[in-house]
Amino acid sequence: MILEPVLTSAPDWAVRHAAVLVVVVPMLLAPLLALSPSNRLAWILTVAGTAAAFWFSLILLAIIQEVPGSAISYALGNWEPPIGIEFRVDALNAMILVLITGMGALASFIAWPTLAAEFKGERLNLLLCAFLLCFAGLAGVAATGDAFNLFVFLEVSSLATYVLVAMGAGKDRRALPAAFSYLVMGTLGASFYVIGIGLLYAATGTLNMADIAEQMPGLSGNRSVQAGLAFILVGLGLKAAMWPLHQWLPNAYAYAPGFVSMFLSATATKVALYSLIRWLFTIFQPDLAFESAVLQWVLAPLAMAAMVICSVQAIFQTDVRRMLAYSSVAQVGYILLAISVGTAAGVSAGLLHLFTHALMKGALFMAVAGICFAYQGSTIRDFAGLGRSAPFTMAAFAIAGLSLIGVPLTAGFISKLQLGYALLDQGWWWAAVVLVFASFLSVIYIGRVLQAVFFEPPLNPRKNNKEAPLLLLIPLWILALVNIFYGIDAGFPAGLAADGAAAALGLGAAQ
Amino acid sequence: MTPQLLIAAALCLPLLVAVSVALFGKVPTLREGVTIAGAVALFAVVIQLTLLVAGGARPELYIGETVPGLAIAFKLEPLGALFALVASGLWIVNSFYSIGYMRGNRERNQTRFYIWFALALSGAMGVAMAGNLFTLFIFYEVLTLSTYPLVAHKGDAAAQRGARTYLLTLLGTSICFFLMAIMWTWVVAGQRLDFIEGGLLADAGLSPFVSSALLVLFVFGVGKAALMPFHFWLPSAMVAPTPVSALLHAVAVVKAGVFTVMKISVYIFGFDLLQATPARDVLLGVAGFTIIAASLIALRQDNLKARLAYSTIAQLAYVTLGALLAVEAGALGGSLQIAAHAAAKITLFMCAGAIYVATGLTTVSSMQGLGRKMPLVFTAFLIASFSIIGLPPFGGMWPKYELLQGAADASTAWIPAVLIVSALLNIAYLLPVAILGLMPLPGTPPAKEFKRPGGAPVLTVAAPLFTAALCVVLFMAAGPIGDFLRPAFAAGSVPGLEDLR
Repeated sequence: MILEPVLTSAPDWAVRHAAVLVVVVPMLLAPLLALSPSNRLAWILTVAGTAAAFWFSLILLAIIQEVPGSAISYALGNWEPPIGIEFRVDALNAMILVLITGMGALASFIAWPTLAAEFKGERLNLLLCAFLLCFAGLAGVAATGDAFNLFVFLEVSSLATYVLVAMGAGKDRRALPAAFSYLVMGTLGASFYVIGIGLLYAATGTLNMADIAEQMPGLSGNRSVQAGLAFILVGLGLKAAMWPLHQWLPNAYAYAPGFVSMFLSATATKVALYSLIRWLFTIFQPDLAFESAVLQWVLAPLAMAAMVICSVQAIFQTDVRRMLAYSSVAQVGYILLAISVGTAAGVSAGLLHLFTHALMKGALFMAVAGICFAYQGSTIRDFAGLGRSAPFTMAAFAIAGLSLIGVPLTAGFISKLQLGYALLDQGWWWAAVVLVFASFLSVIYIGRVLQAVFFEPPLNPRKNNKEAPLLLLIPLWILALVNIFYGIDAGFPAGLAADGAAAALGLGAAQ
Repeated sequence: MTPQLLIAAALCLPLLVAVSVALFGKVPTLREGVTIAGAVALFAVVIQLTLLVAGGARPELYIGETVPGLAIAFKLEPLGALFALVASGLWIVNSFYSIGYMRGNRERNQTRFYIWFALALSGAMGVAMAGNLFTLFIFYEVLTLSTYPLVAHKGDAAAQRGARTYLLTLLGTSICFFLMAIMWTWVVAGQRLDFIEGGLLADAGLSPFVSSALLVLFVFGVGKAALMPFHFWLPSAMVAPTPVSALLHAVAVVKAGVFTVMKISVYIFGFDLLQATPARDVLLGVAGFTIIAASLIALRQDNLKARLAYSTIAQLAYVTLGALLAVEAGALGGSLQIAAHAAAKITLFMCAGAIYVATGLTTVSSMQGLGRKMPLVFTAFLIASFSIIGLPPFGGMWPKYELLQGAADASTAWIPAVLIVSALLNIAYLLPVAILGLMPLPGTPPAKEFKRPGGAPVLTVAAPLFTAALCVVLFMAAGPIGDFLRPAFAAGSVPGLEDLR
């Protein structure tokens, strides 16, 4: 095990309470930030909080990997589940936790250089406080084993996100309507989710996920359970930007402050997708006739529509950040398509793509954040000639872009290949056709930017020679190199995804 | 050196060249010296490997699995050795030629040019030595991406447009069809992608429909084979500097394509399955159509490089045809064509480049009588034209002979007719260039003075003369090459070259 040293070096209290500390530490740090006297101290605390959370999630993962198929159950306040709130971490959410805390740590790292440029001289500690709350909320969604508690954490993170998106208004006033539309759509999603839980609570009398799952086989024909599934699917679908519920996403990503876009693109929809997997496979069983119909006739067509339509929309964007945002919706489609196959191979491919997409889209948004504050512009024309004036930033951008296309020797290739196998294994050749076609569309939209960057003369030669600052280049290149490394040896993420899928489907998991 | 080390060296030497070129970019002589030294070293390594293969060994190198079931592995067999030998050997000649051309033409960004050129060679070596479809696909795409900056080298609008067509066609076909076919193969072959003698899919029990669909996806997915209607990227790629057209778009890239088709025919399908696949007959027809149609289009091109590009499309379809015939003589003919066409077509391109450097002329009509001023270049052009047409004593004869033999074995009566018509068309579009150059019609105004004082640089004349001589050598060496290749098509005992000796 690679993670063995993490476990052996961790102190006893950290190992015992890691499941809750991963949420509690950033959540308690957030109000402290609001009181922080200086911006720099606030930023250092943010980095410390996210890094600590990352460490705790690595510990969790190491514990899970010690005994394959195991799960950590943590009873909050010693109230035993199903009465009390339970944090339950198995191979599936351990992987998600590592992903979001890792990306969160990188995002907080680049917060300083980008924010210092975007908000000259303003007080940033409140903004960082919102960021840390959002981070804690997302970690909570991933860690909790309680259906209602999940809703609470979802709202914590969403409310913080609305604030974060609106903060982009200093640079571009369009951030305000973007935040407002996100607020409306996000609230709708949360309401749908709560209604769904209410219906399930009426049928089962419990809010603990594992407990609901146990009762599910006896309730296969129950109408309120079916309605509950529908409500939850729509609610989480809104949060995950499932087509056609994605309208809030492009503007929110395009106008938020740079590091917020990077953080959200790598984590927010991913957490919603994780909850969707949890609900669809661990709690409801896919062998219920009703659910398999939902997977094949609702989820798969919507996913394919997203892959094609949003990729085409991405081609026609002039703003690089909006283009990346539309591409994100399309990539959510890939993940949903993989999930809708419903087999272990499919869910595993979906999780792998979720993982690799966070890596590549995080790197892309990070590079754009580094460029945009240096150049004050994010249209494709602004990117012309940057290959010469900012070679390091743009080389990393190119690597991540190739990974997004799915070029061999990048992580994106491996996950798309796995997805293709999962589809063809089920005989879904029509879906595989859509998969390769959508990949081809991504060649076009990424190619447009890369061509401008490397082969066109700069629009305004005076603004030359501005590489992104070192604090941003380091995490950027970490992500870019990880993209390449996992394209060559994908054993680690593929293993995580396979274990996660097994845990989600209850295969070999010690329930 | 152990076989593993040799394969690793063949893959890494071009990378090493790329890095050194980047380091020595400021000193042109050193930069180009490094390229040539690397090319010679690579050729030596490939010869070593070829000798091993000729001795019956199959050198292997196993890197590891990216995810379970998808291994990066290399295994050299006769076909790959031949392709590697051709690509690496001609790289040496082409490097000398590049020096003359790029300097003589005062091209910009020469360091970038040499870097990407070396990377492209690394891709070609990977394709040649790949041990499974997954590895082959990786290097196939490396080759696509590394040649894109070379096509776009000039950087003007025309170069960008051409390069975009180039990239979109090659990436599009490979992602939409080739990758799809690979994933499908993985599923039906029981999660394996290895190249296996006799065919990976031979015992998979595929229905005719599935095998047909797979074959169509493979043959069109390998866009580098330039089978119509996915051929238009090749004329687009002619905006590249001529050394690129010469080595990459007459040898490395396009040959990687047809080589891949050949590998798929021999090691993925196997001859028996291929013969039983209904779509094969249709695809044979497409290949035949490509041969004739591309030759007819070539006839109408006045731009010399465009004419050569269409000629390449036609000549590549010979290899595809040979691969699809699924008999030993056909596959042998196709493989010989890889070598013979490479030597001849690189000569033609290098001549075109030499003419361009000296005079700035690009159209055939403006070259009448130019042979009087550049007799060596036009002689080399004439010899290579003979080889393409298939006249003895030039290397281009044997592939056609073997293909005719294969067509007879596969009892397809129309193929000989296609080959004969194609030979006549070759005469019609190639010979006038050289003959009117050397012996202009009465009344043609004498050729103008050279644009570049002193005419073509020595290196740009010596290189095509050398490769023209190679065409003759290939005629003599066809027997040993055939013996070397034959173990690759183990099955069947169809009479081949040995009756001729």
